Amino acid sequence: MKIDDEVIKEHGLSPDEYSRIVELMGRDPNMVELGIFSVMWSEHCSYKSSRMHLKNLPTTGEAVLQGPGENAGIVDIGDGLAAVFKMESHNHPSYIEPYQGAATGVGGIMRDIFTMGARPVASLNSLRFGSFYHEKTAYLVEGVTAGIAGYGNCMGVPTIGGEVYFNDCYNGNNLVNVMNVGLVKTDRIFKGYASGIGNPVMYVGSKTGRDGIHGATMASDVFGEGGEERRPTVQVGDPFAEKLLLEACLELFKTDYVVGIQDMGAAGLTSSSVEMADRAGTGLEIDIDKIPRREEGMTAYECMLSESQERMLVVARAGVEDKVVEIFEKWDLDVAVIGRVVEGGSLTLIEGGEVVAEMPVSALTEEAPVYDRPSKRPEAQDSLLSLDISNIMKLSDYNQVLMWLLSSGEIASKEWIYRQYDHMVRTDTTVLPGSDASVIRVKGTDKGLAMTVDCNSVYCLLDPRTGGAIAVAEAARNLTVSGARPLALTDCLNFGNPEKPEVMWQIKEAIAGIADACNTLEIPVIGGNVSLYNETSGHSIHPTPTIGMVGLIDDIKETTTQWFPGPSKFIYLITPTPTPDEEPEHGLGGSVYLRVVHGLEKGPAPRLNLADEKILQKAVLKAIKAGIIVSAHDVSEGGIAVAIAECCMHPENPIGAFIKLDAISEGVRPDTLLFGETQSRIIVSVEGDDEEALKELITSFGLRCEKIGVSGGANLKIGKYIDIPAEMMKKTWSGALESFLTSGSPTF
Amino acid sequence: MKFGIIVFPGSNCDHDCYHVLKHVFNQPVEYVWHKSEKLDGFDCIVLPGGFSYGDYLRTGAIARFSPVMDAVVKFAEAGGIVIGICNGFQVLTEVGLLPGVLMRNRGLKFICETVPLIVDNRETRFTSSYASEGAVRIPIAHADGSYYANAETVKELEEGSRVLFRYSTPEGEVTEEANPNGSVNGIAGIINSEGNVMGMMPHPERACEPELGSVDGCGLFESVINSLVKK
Repeated sequence: MKIDDEVIKEHGLSPDEYSRIVELMGRDPNMVELGIFSVMWSEHCSYKSSRMHLKNLPTTGEAVLQGPGENAGIVDIGDGLAAVFKMESHNHPSYIEPYQGAATGVGGIMRDIFTMGARPVASLNSLRFGSFYHEKTAYLVEGVTAGIAGYGNCMGVPTIGGEVYFNDCYNGNNLVNVMNVGLVKTDRIFKGYASGIGNPVMYVGSKTGRDGIHGATMASDVFGEGGEERRPTVQVGDPFAEKLLLEACLELFKTDYVVGIQDMGAAGLTSSSVEMADRAGTGLEIDIDKIPRREEGMTAYECMLSESQERMLVVARAGVEDKVVEIFEKWDLDVAVIGRVVEGGSLTLIEGGEVVAEMPVSALTEEAPVYDRPSKRPEAQDSLLSLDISNIMKLSDYNQVLMWLLSSGEIASKEWIYRQYDHMVRTDTTVLPGSDASVIRVKGTDKGLAMTVDCNSVYCLLDPRTGGAIAVAEAARNLTVSGARPLALTDCLNFGNPEKPEVMWQIKEAIAGIADACNTLEIPVIGGNVSLYNETSGHSIHPTPTIGMVGLIDDIKETTTQWFPGPSKFIYLITPTPTPDEEPEHGLGGSVYLRVVHGLEKGPAPRLNLADEKILQKAVLKAIKAGIIVSAHDVSEGGIAVAIAECCMHPENPIGAFIKLDAISEGVRPDTLLFGETQSRIIVSVEGDDEEALKELITSFGLRCEKIGVSGGANLKIGKYIDIPAEMMKKTWSGALESFLTSGSPTF
Repeated sequence: MKFGIIVFPGSNCDHDCYHVLKHVFNQPVEYVWHKSEKLDGFDCIVLPGGFSYGDYLRTGAIARFSPVMDAVVKFAEAGGIVIGICNGFQVLTEVGLLPGVLMRNRGLKFICETVPLIVDNRETRFTSSYASEGAVRIPIAHADGSYYANAETVKELEEGSRVLFRYSTPEGEVTEEANPNGSVNGIAGIINSEGNVMGMMPHPERACEPELGSVDGCGLFESVINSLVKK
């Protein structure tokens, strides 16, 4: 096939990029080489639009054993153990084919974890779908949920937490961000290095088929109408094969046979071989004929670009090939020596004894283009930010408003989804899905790991910098209220088309906000993923920089959950001391209340003072560790009223509460008071004996600690505004999602 | 006394069963690879949960042809104690050691949650340690847990007191509303007529430590250990 402008365009390369390839190669590439360049230089693999901005994120810290650049990041958790984790997007495939798209997303992220030598111990996900009322939403929710369940359950890795949102902006482009956390012994960590000239390059796992060719390129493009026609670029998952691959790899890691290992994810054999050689500064020679394959007649181009799942590339010590083969054959997997590590820094492919491609590894990696794309604050931003609260109609029935919020997509219980996930397998899940963070114990120690994923994309739309910072702060707050000290985070940055200056502005701002929060809260970024071109027919998604965070609980007995554990617990609201310039309406902009009740997605995003946030988290964690607090919950979407309602809806024993907000209500409209989403607020409950100790501890940090009520009775009563039976709230909140998905209407 | 836990390709509750027997009950326990052909020296064999061979065909339908299954059948015929949990139960019905079949859940979806059960017969070697009152709470996690057998078989099971567990309300009533998966008569666990082979869909190994929210699975393992000590 002749390489002309049309072929170059089909490979997602610009004319300038092609000229650069010719320059780097000193000649025109052939088709195989062009294909390899196209995937390695795709946005998905090269981070060409985001790379220069990602450099601003802090990536180091005392506990960090591995930062970005490997298959996953690693943090030390003591006792000779480390947590390995990463989050990745599978947005485009999951929209085209929800079941397989989501399933292979789960499979891919698990391979990223176990390729580091770790056993995956928990999964989380952040899912964003279009409006409840959009015709495709129910189908996509069903498919994505079933795909995550189908793969994760079969793997025997519990899916223990996540978040699910519904918003019009995702109508044509849902987001499926999947996170996995693994545990590894600190002296048994493996990395993706193709070191040692002459060492064998071994292919292990499933056979290579024609599925997923150019998946990475597809994921780096916008959709028009009929994006579903790209279904053949979506891979098909086989969790059983991956389960075998996992166990075989873990068996292999007990030996000293492995020099380096990497999974074949996006861009398959191409990216795994190129990245391993790049890290080690070596070259690779690969014999295409030796690649195990599903069907006859596959070309070198297809073999190199296939994204068939459940495959790994291993560089072993020379001389132990037979022993590696033995392990994979025991697990009924394919295994073959397909090449050698060579000097010279080139990737050389041989087929039928002839060289069919030869290219410098560095041309595919460090020479890949990096763009400082132009950015511009959108002209409409000012009107998005303007909000005149006097135009917001005052309502009289706040019981009704609370019920609306509890049955909204943002707030309604996600149990319909997570009960399809096996969240208990491995018998480590000590806090099940549904609280601020989920927790697993670490067997053999007293420790626990708390984990959460968070992002409010409406805040990010209104103010991407603050929204990015809030995503980090909220994730950290969710861990804190569970009794954990945040260790590190992984991010999954989902945005629209970076070639649009307005989107580029969102990207830059959101990354800057994440960096601000990471720096102040001292939480490093140890890995992540960027998903751009989330746009359909010209409509971009809201900027959605999802944050996945893991924290350490020193003693699992210190774990705290959000629910009032019984009657007669005294309820306190802990906040920074308000500053005199604080506007009373602070917190209403971008709130669920405005969106659900008034149909408005606007106003200034809630402000966040990171220094205050840091002190708040420090103080509450100290109180939890001192054993004073019996429940803790952060105030987020839906404001104080929803937060307290959530505290009341204990999974087994819902309970009422009697709340007075007089201390904070002066001069504030009731809707703002109840449903405003002012940041840096935590609701805790304590036994009567511990009230003084709590107040003393919290105020010693310069924070405000207001008693707002007591748990008990059958109803949640908030001042003169709200009086609803806890059982009724729980029924509405629990049933809303299923009722929307099956009948398109709320339960009442 | 020694426990053996069968590891099929795709088993994924093998580690959990091992952990409970070894670290909660301090029993000698070993994994048994699915290609093993002998079960000498074991007193109780556990077929754990998971997705043996991916369960791409009917659940358990391929696992029954594993080399180790011939040995399990012989072991059972010789009076050895066999426990099948979840996928293990499915395998036991496929191989014919237990009657009936596990079909797709009534709602067609995978369900993971802790459910109340009543212990229907406390006079077996699998249930003798359960106290006499009230429902117990044990997690389920399956897509194919709807127990079905023809009317005659069900009658035989019930008349022979061979139903050990049924899904119930928290108060211990067996009702259709409390039945999560559509199992006939709420059946969650049964034994064979000889009383040495037991299968159940709920996961007792997930309910043996207080930090996991329930210790109601302990009764099963305690009962079996007691019966083996007496032997």
